[in-house]
Amino acid sequence: MKILVPVKRVVDYNVKVRVKPDQSGVDLANVKMSMNPFCEIAVEEAIRLKEKGLAEEIIAVSIGPAQAQETIRTALAMGADRGVHVTTDATVEPLAVAKILKAVAEEEQPGLIILGKQAIDDDTNATGQMLAALLGWPQATFASKVEKDGDALNVTREIDGGLQTLNVALPAIVTTDLRLNEPRYASLPNIMKAKRKPIDAKTPEDYGVDITPRLEVLKVAEPPKRQAGVKVESVADLVAKLKNAGVL
Amino acid sequence: MTVLVIAEHDNAALNDATRAAVTAAQAMGGDVHVLVAGKGAKAVADAAAKLDGVKTVLHADADALDKRLAEAMETLVLSIADRYDAILAPATTGGKNFMPRIAAKLDVAMISDITSVESADTFVRPIYAGNAMMTVKSKDPKKVITVRPTTFEKAGDGGSASVEALDAPAPAAASKFVKEELSKSDRPELAQAKIVVSGGRGMGSGENFAIIEKVADKLGAAVGASRAAVDAGFVPNDYQVGQTGKVVAPELYIAVGISGAIQHLAGMKDSKVIVAINKDEEAPIFQVADYGLVADLFKAIPELEEELGKAGY
Repeated sequence: MKILVPVKRVVDYNVKVRVKPDQSGVDLANVKMSMNPFCEIAVEEAIRLKEKGLAEEIIAVSIGPAQAQETIRTALAMGADRGVHVTTDATVEPLAVAKILKAVAEEEQPGLIILGKQAIDDDTNATGQMLAALLGWPQATFASKVEKDGDALNVTREIDGGLQTLNVALPAIVTTDLRLNEPRYASLPNIMKAKRKPIDAKTPEDYGVDITPRLEVLKVAEPPKRQAGVKVESVADLVAKLKNAGVL
Repeated sequence: MTVLVIAEHDNAALNDATRAAVTAAQAMGGDVHVLVAGKGAKAVADAAAKLDGVKTVLHADADALDKRLAEAMETLVLSIADRYDAILAPATTGGKNFMPRIAAKLDVAMISDITSVESADTFVRPIYAGNAMMTVKSKDPKKVITVRPTTFEKAGDGGSASVEALDAPAPAAASKFVKEELSKSDRPELAQAKIVVSGGRGMGSGENFAIIEKVADKLGAAVGASRAAVDAGFVPNDYQVGQTGKVVAPELYIAVGISGAIQHLAGMKDSKVIVAINKDEEAPIFQVADYGLVADLFKAIPELEEELGKAGY
């Protein structure tokens, strides 16, 4: 089977973002960008399934500006076979992403689509579920373990009270949680090889998808700042202060 | 307008997160209905009917709804979606799992994890791990929303809604529940506790968490952890507080041996009072802590337990 892995280019997770003074958004000029950490885990899982002989081909797809191609190259250097880059400079919400991915899936006919559970920029946690709905496929979100079980997958999911295991018929959607695996680093030879792997250039119009945002961003503001705290000298002092503050 | 709130529960008791979602629904104006989908969850439906401000409770009882898998919730909610202007659920792992599926079928945007209702179509939600707050106005005819439980008051009891039975259609796609391994704990649930004591990498081992647990038990607190502590295998992953774990906002949050990475702060910086105990005085956690103690935790935590004892705990 083929595995499709959507990957997103986001602000690097170590960067502390700043809100623009005019509150129109966060300042992304000259900020380090990387592959969304959950997407790296998705790529890694796809590669591991291929290494186990459960998949023949891995296609990495990204939707975004010209630079999103670097994100696809990263996936190719990790071990994906080829890429699809849907180029657009517009803001693309999860619903529009899901619609484009549905079209890509109909073209490529993958047996499995693995996505990250959420992107660390918009923190929406929706694209995988939306894609599953549009395709009419079962979903296993927040996966921490994926095992093949005949024509289906057994997926262990991280839920509020612990872990839950689901059996989903293929084709299916899996979204990755942090503990699913530890993504590999791309080696230099593999980075060089990745430059020769093919990437199809597409646009949202090629798929006939209207990407007009449904949510109008009125403003983006700084979160309320916490008052500067105090350092206490001893545990006794700490307990006394907490009592005074009325929380003990 | 009419707003539907999808209840979070374990078929036996109503989860408090539902109460926060009901408060958010009331803030949007109009009538509030609650959907209780489950298997043998009559007690939950009765509890939902007592919620302040709830007009009608819809109770769907079916085997397929036992674990509220997304494929079954999709068809159930779609069967009644026409009646509602907005559909809300708490932003628990349950709500996060099935709500986007419903939004996609309704062809509307997903509005995730709102922290405030500005009006019936305008909401505030955190982005970039809580480092920015985005105000969005929905242009969709129907709103599909998950509600961050920690930022809304919990609706109390005092209502007397009618309970109506609702038929459950067949699930949209084939998925089966296999098993569940739930962490057993006598302590309060992390997301709902008034006091949370969390340990990080500085704890050194899982056994060492015992000293935190002693303090937690004295305070009637829940025990949390940073991702580093979970990844190191000190505690199970449902202990994790942060962007990718649970978001908590207790009265008191005590961070022990936690440096305070952005992703961890995303899960706890709305706590009323934050205490940091760390031997590194440069640790970022001290920038958000109301009270900071620079000390070796292996000395400070047993001392804290002792001081709490003296204070009558």
